[in-house]
Amino acid sequence: MNKKQFTLYSKKVLEHFQNPRNYGKMKNPDGVGKVGNIVCGDVMYLYVKIGKKKNGKEYIKDIKFQTYGCLAAIASSSILTEMVKEKTIEEAIKINRSQIVKRLGGLPPIKMHCSILATDALFEAIYDYLSKNKKPIPKFLKERHKQIEKEKKEIEKRYKEWIKLEEKLSKNEKEK
Amino acid sequence: MPKQIYLDYAATTPIDEEVLEAMMPYLKKDFGNPSSLHHFGQITRVAIDQTRKKAARFLNCSESEIVFCGSATEANSLAIFGVVKALQKKIKKPFHIITTKIEHHAVLHPFEELEKQGVEVSFVAPNKIGIVETKEIKKAIKDNTVFISVMYANNEIGTVQPIEEIGKLISQINKNRKQKIYFHTDAVQAVNYLDCDVQKLKVDLLTLSAHKIYGPKGVGALFIKKGTPIEPIIYGGGHEFGLRSGTENVAGIVGLGKAIELVEKHKGDTERIKNLRDKIIEEVLKIPNAKLNGSRENRLPNNVNVSISGVEGESLVIALDQEGIAVSTGSACSSHELKPSHVLLAIGLSPKSTHGSLRITLGRFTTEDEIDYFLKVLPKVVKRLREISPF
Ligand SMILES: Cc1ncc(COP(=O)(O)O)c(C=O)c1O
Ligand code: FES
Repeated sequence: MNKKQFTLYSKKVLEHFQNPRNYGKMKNPDGVGKVGNIVCGDVMYLYVKIGKKKNGKEYIKDIKFQTYGCLAAIASSSILTEMVKEKTIEEAIKINRSQIVKRLGGLPPIKMHCSILATDALFEAIYDYLSKNKKPIPKFLKERHKQIEKEKKEIEKRYKEWIKLEEKLSKNEKEK
Repeated sequence: MPKQIYLDYAATTPIDEEVLEAMMPYLKKDFGNPSSLHHFGQITRVAIDQTRKKAARFLNCSESEIVFCGSATEANSLAIFGVVKALQKKIKKPFHIITTKIEHHAVLHPFEELEKQGVEVSFVAPNKIGIVETKEIKKAIKDNTVFISVMYANNEIGTVQPIEEIGKLISQINKNRKQKIYFHTDAVQAVNYLDCDVQKLKVDLLTLSAHKIYGPKGVGALFIKKGTPIEPIIYGGGHEFGLRSGTENVAGIVGLGKAIELVEKHKGDTERIKNLRDKIIEEVLKIPNAKLNGSRENRLPNNVNVSISGVEGESLVIALDQEGIAVSTGSACSSHELKPSHVLLAIGLSPKSTHGSLRITLGRFTTEDEIDYFLKVLPKVVKRLREISPF
């Protein structure tokens, strides 16, 4: 009997989880994207270094990620770094989650949101680079940035609710 | 072939060979319907009654106080909805019921449903080490409290609740009451290791499950003390004293009987399992920023639950699975609703700590070699995941 066939995840996901590409912190990155998962509360950091191609176009010279999350989140970030490395910024921001999911050989339905974490972290890292260097920011990136900021607040709210619950509990404790 | 190490006995246990053997005839030649008058039926009727006898001996109650159900979930629902329904008919005034914040969903959700239907419910919080203290139950009891359900041992953190003490408290209170308080305990996780004498515990209802004690899945039982008001929640042919209609799962019930018998036979194994558990606790806590969840002393001999910072539980479970080790987690990422474990939140863990929680549960077939292998692999896996993590 083949054990692999009974896991929730595809071979490719497991492979990226076992041997993630481009992970770790980057020294002196040109842009950093930090995002949290609205659904489960996990976190991903993405770092980019930007270079210039001979034709003058800016491209992703180096990329690294750090992920605290489930397998799908780790595999998504790993494969994303592979997919956009060496790509021009213009090309990189065209990436979407269905490309990631496809490259990963599929994700369980409940884990689809984890792949958004990866694309969002990339968009935020590029946004960070462009805004820090006072460069024009494509409309799509601006809108996505706004959306991500909004979601961040929601995550904080959710954490606050959990924390409130805990505080209530520990207050009960003290009253005893 | 990589090793296959099962350390998730709280989720379910493998079926014992002797249990399977006892069941086989009832899956083959002895297929009769226990309600039939002919000898095909009578053979299976006798088989069910033998299990009833075994269960009654184990719980120190009479045979007519045992009802077989399709699962412990169903037994819990019968206990909660069944008693509340009977009391609603009898009392006709609003009343109050109590449970705890650390119950299995099979108790928690019925109480939440009753709350939605307008019944007043108190959910009592545990202390920081996962024990629901008797004095907290006492504080929650009101003049119109009529039903209390507290689990015997928690399925996530293995903490053992003071059921006997709570039972005593309630029977003391009942002495001065016209309307008695009925006391239920979900003993699903306790049966293997703790005393389930219902006289001693002073419970009116007790739930158990076959698949946590090396029996088959899909069989549970409910002890209902004689005189306890209860209505069925499933209607039909009137099986199981009218409380659980539906043709009996004969082979499953026979399996439960054998499994109960074996629990008594294996009581001596508890010390060995406890020693293995202590070895795990000691070694796992050597991992930097690892913390034990739940009381160190008042916990099941087979349960370890730790939070390891910087790693997410589902990733950890799958990474260990890739090494052939099966464990479980209370991480949000692993649950259907992507919510962290309500038990870990209730004992005051931050959502982050619930994320890195790992439950290791041992059992009858766990060996020291398996534990040594697990303890060798775990730190490596944690280190690898921490390298990927930003924290
Ligand atoms: C404490 C507790 N109660 C109830 C159940 C449900 O048992 P069953 O699977 O037989 O419905 C479980 C099993 O997970 C449990 O651990
Ligand atoms: S990151 Fe939590 S579910 Fe995927």
